[in-house]
Amino acid sequence: MSGAQGGMAMHDAGQDVTVTADGRTIGGVVMEMRNITLRFGGVVAIKDISFDIREGEIRAIIGPNGAGKSSMLNVISGFYHPQEGEVIYRGSKRPPMKPFQVARQGIARTFQNIALFEGMTVLDNVMTGRLNHMKATILDQAIWWGKAQREEVENRRKAEEVIDFLEIQNIRKTPVGRLPYGLKKRVELARALVAEPKILLLDEPMAGMNVEEKEDMSRFILDVNDEFGTTIVLIEHDMGVVMDLSDRVVVMDYGKKIGDGTPDEVRRNQEVIDAYLGVAHD
Amino acid sequence: MAQTDAPAGVPNSVPALLARNVANFGSKPAYREKEFGIWQSWSWAEAAEEIEAIALGLLALGVDRGDHVAIIGRNRPALYWSMVAAQKVGAVPVPLYQDAVAEEMAYVLEHCFARFVICGDQEQVDKVLEVQERVPQIEHIIYQDSRGLRKYDHSKLHSLTSVQAEGRGAQERLGQELAARQAELDFNSTCVMLYTSGTTGKPKGVVLSNRNIIMTAKASSEFDGLRADDEVLAYLPMAWVGDFIFSIGQAYWTGFCVNCPESAETMMTDLREIGPTYYFAPPRVFETLLTQVMIRMEDAGAFKRKMFHHFLEHAKTVGPQLLDGKQVGLVDRLKYALGNFLVIGPLKNTLGLTRIRVGYTAGEAIGPEIFDFYRALGINLKQLYGQTEASVFITQQPDHEVRPDTVGVPSPGVELRIAENGEVFYRSPGVFVEYYKNSEATASTKDPEGWVATGDAGFIEEGTGHLRIIDRAKDVGKMADGSLFAPKYVENKLKFFPNILEAVVFGNGRDFCTAFINIDLTAVGNWAERNNIAYGSYQELAGHERVLAMIQSHVEEVNRSVAADEMLSGCQVHRFLVLHKELDADDGELTRTRKVRRRIIEEKFADLIDALYSGKAQQYTETEVTYEDGRKGKISATLELRDAMVVGAAAETRVAAE
Repeated sequence: MSGAQGGMAMHDAGQDVTVTADGRTIGGVVMEMRNITLRFGGVVAIKDISFDIREGEIRAIIGPNGAGKSSMLNVISGFYHPQEGEVIYRGSKRPPMKPFQVARQGIARTFQNIALFEGMTVLDNVMTGRLNHMKATILDQAIWWGKAQREEVENRRKAEEVIDFLEIQNIRKTPVGRLPYGLKKRVELARALVAEPKILLLDEPMAGMNVEEKEDMSRFILDVNDEFGTTIVLIEHDMGVVMDLSDRVVVMDYGKKIGDGTPDEVRRNQEVIDAYLGVAHD
Repeated sequence: MAQTDAPAGVPNSVPALLARNVANFGSKPAYREKEFGIWQSWSWAEAAEEIEAIALGLLALGVDRGDHVAIIGRNRPALYWSMVAAQKVGAVPVPLYQDAVAEEMAYVLEHCFARFVICGDQEQVDKVLEVQERVPQIEHIIYQDSRGLRKYDHSKLHSLTSVQAEGRGAQERLGQELAARQAELDFNSTCVMLYTSGTTGKPKGVVLSNRNIIMTAKASSEFDGLRADDEVLAYLPMAWVGDFIFSIGQAYWTGFCVNCPESAETMMTDLREIGPTYYFAPPRVFETLLTQVMIRMEDAGAFKRKMFHHFLEHAKTVGPQLLDGKQVGLVDRLKYALGNFLVIGPLKNTLGLTRIRVGYTAGEAIGPEIFDFYRALGINLKQLYGQTEASVFITQQPDHEVRPDTVGVPSPGVELRIAENGEVFYRSPGVFVEYYKNSEATASTKDPEGWVATGDAGFIEEGTGHLRIIDRAKDVGKMADGSLFAPKYVENKLKFFPNILEAVVFGNGRDFCTAFINIDLTAVGNWAERNNIAYGSYQELAGHERVLAMIQSHVEEVNRSVAADEMLSGCQVHRFLVLHKELDADDGELTRTRKVRRRIIEEKFADLIDALYSGKAQQYTETEVTYEDGRKGKISATLELRDAMVVGAAAETRVAAE
């Protein structure tokens, strides 16, 4: 809707809280990437990149194919451990962690290639997103008593709220394998949301979608950000979408950061234009 | 003129009925809505409390007596409560079609001068805000679902829960005022104002009084023996008079429970979960359902398919007879019971129609095959004939007297009269008060004695007293040679084919009849799949050689059946084309209740009609279309125009004319 205005937000270094033109509040820095370098053998996927993510903003990472965007997202989600540099989360350095530990810190994600349980229903898939909120032991669950029961009710309630929010009530009991691509993407978003994340990582949420599905998805992303105040980091190829949705954009090319700023600033950045128009690198 | 008091024992307003229901069965469910995957329910006492809170909140916002309060959204309990709350404070609820585009909405909001609008969600709020410049009198917009509205300017925007909270807080201050306003309501005060979709011209605001609604609800509930333990599913547009009568009029009169689906897409699942006992659906819903069942049976295994068809055939002869209380032999009864156990029962259960005691269809003619199918399943499906101006009921079919070709006998309290030109007139306690701010139209529709012109031509059948409708009176015309032209009669025959969604027949004042056909994408698409026909778009499928051939065979079959009727044999379709787009209410081609707007179609597709009459084999055309969000675009196509075989005398005239 008014995402374009969202992009107009000004970020003053000295000031911790900003209010965007469309009335959203963006807080201080919640996560900071400091001089991240990631190598696979001799290949340098990410080279000395630093940027920050502020609370409540929609932060996009863009770049041509192979620029290292997904690697960057995997660093944030704890799937890859960078050889150099550090991730500062809520003011302190994050030690190397397993992905599930990162998830417990309130970071959820969706995948570029959908990673759902195809044979399970939408509801069951969404419920799996509550795993980190389940504390009852296997024994409790087996005899279905006390805590296990309370938890299940609470988890189902949360799952249903998200199903309602993303308007997928009509496929609640449908096996995921039978759904079209655009809906699967929405189910994946539901599973990430149900974990009640502080930061939501979206890896190409709109890849392979038609215009209408993209519009729907953009709307949901904005609504999630607006309704729950979730910080969103997304990778996306569709420039129109990125410029409309995001508050700030990091541009990567060949593992390096070549631009960082509001969509307008990025659009005018000569290096970015070159990268996208394909100027020869020497 | 009329008495302000209701007959003894009849509460004189909807809020008074509510109070009676709370006293009689306060703890019985009044409303249910599926939300978050669970059916939430409210008893009559709880609903009354919610309504009271909304009413107090509306008072606090400054709603005056006689104000119009617009209500826009899908069927949800809170919106029904809002309507009753508006009545309680002496205002008039005006429900609007939620799928109307902003432009249409602006006209109604402007016409009724609504100062308050209650919206279901952001989509509706956006539309109201979009046209705000045209309707500056709107003071407050109230919404139910807050999603996406957080960052909107809230100076005149309120959530329904906050309005209710405000109202509960103001109970002491405003309680007396509310009681006083409710006490002022009588049998003549306005109950609701509903805008007719209008096949011609701008919508008209039909003013219905408490007398209209309550007397009609009482009579029709008694006619069908509706009870407090009945269940209905509220899924038809709230702006439509039928929904108002079923979900408020009859529900409040008998005290039955109104169930609201989770969303439009989950309607079929919700229908199955609730299993309504009293059900209304326009013919189109029954048609779609039947088409889906048949398509799924085509895809089933051979054994299942054979069993299905075998028992269905048998049920088609026996089922309706059993429903009509006729004698049926023991063997047939046993076989029907077996079929019921193996096929019919499970099918009804899948469709959610197991518990139906009374089912109605109306609005359009229903195909005899479709009608017979549901009757064969043992569903007591009946037809009724009604209008907004009559608070729905004019005629309806009593149990055991059900036929596809009539619309029944006059409803209790309704008098019928057929004018010399064949137009049907009626007079009843349900006859509307007036068209709002349009005394001219009121006078031309309703005469001083209270007789109302329906605009439909029909006759009362000798012997049975059933009414039969031929066509819209103004659509019935004469062909060039003087023979009778009744387009609807032919169109209905065409539409009874599952492959044909819509048909428009032309021929008034012409030498012969021609037709536009819309294919049914579900049925034809499935047929294409089974016959290995590839297509990329609706337009491509509609123009496919084999689709045209199939439609041609349908048209020719209709011609043979039309030829059998001497009076109407001139109405055979000589030439036809299959339209490249679906006729759509957003483009003004259909009304919101999906009736064909003949004049508009004639103007819009004038080039195609000319081509049909000039004998061309092909015609290039460009058409403007409106997307759901109100944007406009153009589509173009070259259509093939085909000749259809005609039968009998008509065939000769055609030759002579050429």
